Amino acid sequence: MDHSKPKSLPLTRRGLNFEMLMWIFTRLSALAMYALVLFAIIGALIMGARNEMNLADLMRWGFMPNVTHVQNTNVPDVAPWETPFWKLTASALLMVALAHGIHGLVVISDDYIVSPRGRQIVRILSILSLLTMTGIGLYVIWTSL
Amino acid sequence: MASKRQVSLAEGFKYRGGAPMLVWALHRISGIGMALFVGMHIVASFSSQLFKLDIAKSLNAIYMSPSFQIIVFFCVLFHAINGLRITILDLWPKLIEHQREAIWVEWAVFLPVYGLAVFVIIQSALGG
Repeated sequence: MDHSKPKSLPLTRRGLNFEMLMWIFTRLSALAMYALVLFAIIGALIMGARNEMNLADLMRWGFMPNVTHVQNTNVPDVAPWETPFWKLTASALLMVALAHGIHGLVVISDDYIVSPRGRQIVRILSILSLLTMTGIGLYVIWTSL
Repeated sequence: MASKRQVSLAEGFKYRGGAPMLVWALHRISGIGMALFVGMHIVASFSSQLFKLDIAKSLNAIYMSPSFQIIVFFCVLFHAINGLRITILDLWPKLIEHQREAIWVEWAVFLPVYGLAVFVIIQSALGG
């Protein structure tokens, strides 16, 4: 095996296209979601969510730190979740998760939809659904009491 | 022109991809599962919050059911742990030498955590 030449192109010749950016975004957003979910669970524990927890409650606290999402769980008071701080955290988790998920669906569809026209339609639909879901998701977070 | 699929679905199932193909397929299936669930969940909570429908209460009953929790938690936990493996291997490319061992580590983390979660779900479903 020839080890004299590096197997990959130097950084300046690799090019920085949209697919490359989305590839790194997928990895970094996964790490960001780990951080946000841990943050939400620790926040829920600080805000008094301690007694008789079950897995459904844990998922409610972790995956969306929002008032309407935690009010069915066994917490003494949902008022701390009404602050802009937790609404911003919930918005960040929503937007990162939606971008990660919808890009993932585009990647999957590219394996089965191979015509350039079909791929273009998939991309237009993905942008439309990203904007729609982000809009209604933010509406749900910011209008909940 | 883009590539065309050369094998039938039946032949695809016979392809012996082993552990890497299994986690690839499960990552894809769990990702689609979460996308469906989160999508429906956001639309349902939007419509119930905007139009004050009672749909949220009946949907809650579905989310809280043990079988639904077992499926959703599988999707979430598997996708998260497998995604962490992919992220680590991609961000530190030298580790790709150990990619098969990484899949064993992944199962060693996933199975106890998921098993414990299923145990807790069933226990609280039986009124424990």
